[in-house]
Amino acid sequence: MNEDTLILKSSPHFKAEDSVSRIMYTVVIGLVPAIAASIYFFGLRAILIYVTSVASCLITEAVILKIRKKDCRFLWDGSAVITGLLLAMILPPSVPLDLVVIGSVMAIALGKQAFGGLGYNVFNPALVGRVFLQVAFPVTMTTWIPPVALKLNTATYATPLANLKFQNTLTEGTLTSIKDLFLGNVGGCLGETSALALLLGAVLLLWRRVIDWRIPAGIIGALVLFTGIFWITDPGRYASPLFHVLAGGLMIGAFFMATDMVTSPVTPLGSWIYALGIGFMIGLIRLFGGFPEGVMFSILFLNAFVPLINRYTRPRILGERRGR
Amino acid sequence: MRKQTFSGGIHPPGYKHLTENMRLERLQPPERVFIPLIQSFGAAAEPLVKKGDEVLMGQKIGDSRELFSAPVHSSVSGKVLSITGYPHPLGSLVPTVVIDNDGKDTYHPDIKGNEDPFSLKPGEIRKMVRAAGIVGMGGAAFPTAIKLSPPEGKAIDTVIINGCECEPMLTADYRLMLERTEDIVKGAEIIRLATGADRFIIGIEDNKSEAFKVFKQKMNGFPGDAALLKTKYPQGAEKNLIDALLKREVPRGGLSFDVGVVVQNVGTVKAIWDAVSSGKPLIERAVTLAGPGIKENKNLIIRIGTPFRSAIEYCGGLTEGTNMLVMGGPMMGIAQWDLDTPVIKCTSGLVAWREGGPAPEFPCINCSRCVEHCPMNLVPTRLMNYSRHGLYQDAEKWGVLDCVECGCCEYVCPSKIPLVQWIRLGKHTVAGLKRKEKSR
Repeated sequence: MNEDTLILKSSPHFKAEDSVSRIMYTVVIGLVPAIAASIYFFGLRAILIYVTSVASCLITEAVILKIRKKDCRFLWDGSAVITGLLLAMILPPSVPLDLVVIGSVMAIALGKQAFGGLGYNVFNPALVGRVFLQVAFPVTMTTWIPPVALKLNTATYATPLANLKFQNTLTEGTLTSIKDLFLGNVGGCLGETSALALLLGAVLLLWRRVIDWRIPAGIIGALVLFTGIFWITDPGRYASPLFHVLAGGLMIGAFFMATDMVTSPVTPLGSWIYALGIGFMIGLIRLFGGFPEGVMFSILFLNAFVPLINRYTRPRILGERRGR
Repeated sequence: MRKQTFSGGIHPPGYKHLTENMRLERLQPPERVFIPLIQSFGAAAEPLVKKGDEVLMGQKIGDSRELFSAPVHSSVSGKVLSITGYPHPLGSLVPTVVIDNDGKDTYHPDIKGNEDPFSLKPGEIRKMVRAAGIVGMGGAAFPTAIKLSPPEGKAIDTVIINGCECEPMLTADYRLMLERTEDIVKGAEIIRLATGADRFIIGIEDNKSEAFKVFKQKMNGFPGDAALLKTKYPQGAEKNLIDALLKREVPRGGLSFDVGVVVQNVGTVKAIWDAVSSGKPLIERAVTLAGPGIKENKNLIIRIGTPFRSAIEYCGGLTEGTNMLVMGGPMMGIAQWDLDTPVIKCTSGLVAWREGGPAPEFPCINCSRCVEHCPMNLVPTRLMNYSRHGLYQDAEKWGVLDCVECGCCEYVCPSKIPLVQWIRLGKHTVAGLKRKEKSR
C-alpha cells in the first residue's frame, strides 16, 4: 500500500461521462439529415458551401485563439464546426463562396470571439454572420433558386414566405403546398427547407437532451397561436398556422438556432419566456413586418434579453414559500 | 405500488453489486485505537482521561458542556498512551486519545441492560442517547439527542427512518436492514416514543427491495410502515426524503421539526436501540469497504478509532495503482491522504479506485443541466459565478445557503467545472459574513 500517491480533491468524485465536445458533435450528427436533404434538393454545390463555411470558421477560430493565447483544445470542441454548418444552412443556395467566407469570419470573430469565445457570446454566432451578410449584400442574400428536383428552368424563384408576402388575397393553389413544405421541395435557404429532415435530427437532440424541449414547443406554440388567430378571422388573407410552422426558417430556428445553449436561458421559466417571445416576434414580422421572414431577427432580439431573463426568473427554491 | 420520489437528482452508477451480498463481518479490534475528540457537528469534546490512565471498553473519555456536542467513548479496554494531534478524516490534525488495546474487551461496569426500554420516558431516552454519544451516522454526525428534542410548540407527527443509502458503492445500511431488522424497528419505535410522533416510516429505495420486504414482515404490532422509493440520488438527503414521502417542504433555513418530522438514518436507529436496550455506547459501526481499489470488497463492523489501514489490510489491501481513497460515498465523501486516519462515528464507507487525470475544464455553456438536476431547485452555474467573482450578496439572494453540496450539478456538468467547490466557498463566506453581522 502506498499512500504517497493518494489524490486529494473536493467532492463529488463521480462525474458523468459527458463533455462539451460530445454535446457539440451530437448537434453535428443531428444536422446530418438536413444537410443530406439540402444536397439532394440543391445539388452538389451545397457541399462546396459547407466545406468553405466550416473551414473558414475553423481557421478564423484558430487564428483568434492563437492571438488570444488560448488553449487550442477549444478549436476542436465542435462549436466552430456547428457555427460553420448552421451558417451554410441559412444562406441562399446560390450564394457566392467569397460571401460564405466573409460570413464565417464575421460569425466567429464578431459573433463569438469578440465576446470572449465559447460560453461568453450573447448572440448566436451563425445568425450574427448571416445578419452581417444580409445587411452588406442585400440583393445576393435575397436571390433564390428553385430546388433541382423541380427541374425548373428559371434563374430565380420566390420562397414560399415571399410568395405569401406579396399576395394580397389567397386563393386555392397560390400558396406552396404543405406536402412540399414538409419534404423541403421548395425555394429557401440551403438547409432550412426540409421540415422532415430537420425533425429527424431534432428527435435525436431531444432524446439525448441536448436541446431544451421548452424552446421549440414555446416558439411553435406562440407562432401557431399568433398566426392562428389571424387565420381564423380571415383565411382569405392569412396563411394557416401549419403553413407558418413549416415555411421558411422556423424549423431550423426553433430546433437548432434558438436552442443554442450558450445564448438561451438556464431557468425553465426563462426558457418559456424566451421561446414565446421568439414565436410571437416571428409572427409579428411575418404578418406585419417589411420582411417576409423574421426568424433570424426574432432569435437575435430575444438573445439580447437572455441575461435579463435569467436574472428575473430564479426558480422557486425547495422550501421557499410559493409566490414569494 | 406507486413509488415516490423528489424532483431533480441523478442516476450515477450504483456499484451496489460489489458488496450487497457481503454479510457484516466483525473486524478484530487493532492493537491501538485513535479516538478523535471531534466526531460530531458542534463543539469538540474535552478529554476526561490522561496519559497512563487505564480505561475500559465503553468508558466515556471525552465530553463537552456545549449543547451541540456528543461524548466520546473508548472502543477497547486498555491504557491511554497519549492525547495528541492526529490525522482526522475531515482533513486537519485533531486532539485524539490514543489507547493501547489490552485485548480483553472488558466492559465498563456502568454499562447495563434495560428490561423494558419501551416504558422509558422521552426525557430518559434523550438522556441515554446523549450519554451513548450517538450522532447521525449517515455522514452528517449531528448530535442525535438534539434531533430527538423538538422545540416547544413544534409537534412531531412522523418519524422517518432513512434507509435510502443513495450513495453509490455503499451497502452497510442495507446489510444492517437485512441482518438487524428487528433492532431497527424497535429503535424506530423508541424514537417515536421520544418525539411523541404518531407513526414511523422507513424509506427504502427500490434497488433494495429485499430490505423493504423484510421490514414489511417485521412491522406487525408497531405503528410503523415501510415505503418503497425510486432509486435516485440524493434520495436520502433529508429535505428531499421528507418531500418524497410526505409531500412536505421544509422551509428555507428551517429544520425538519418545522414540518412535524424527525429523520434518522438506519445505522443511527440501530445504535439508539443498542443504547436503550443494553446501555452500549456508540463504539463500533458498520462500514462498507468497496470499489475497484480494494482487493476484497466487504461489509465490516469496525470499532471507532481503528485506523483505515487495519480495515483495508483485512480486505487484502489496496490494488496496484489505486490513487483515490474516500471516506463516505463517491458523491459526498471526503478524499483521504493518510491510511493511519481512524474510522469515526460517521464513517459509512471507505471506497477506493484509480482516478485518471483531471478532465480539462471548459467555460460554462449554459446547458442548464445543473439547474435541471439540482434537488434544491437552485441555479448552480450562477452560484458558481457569484462565488468566483466575490459577489456574495447575490449568491445569498440566489440561495447559496440552501445548497446541500450533494454534487448533482457537478456530476452532470459537461464543462467539468468544480461547481461544488466554488459554491462551498460562497456558502462558507456568506455564513461567515452573516455571523459577523449578528455579533455586531
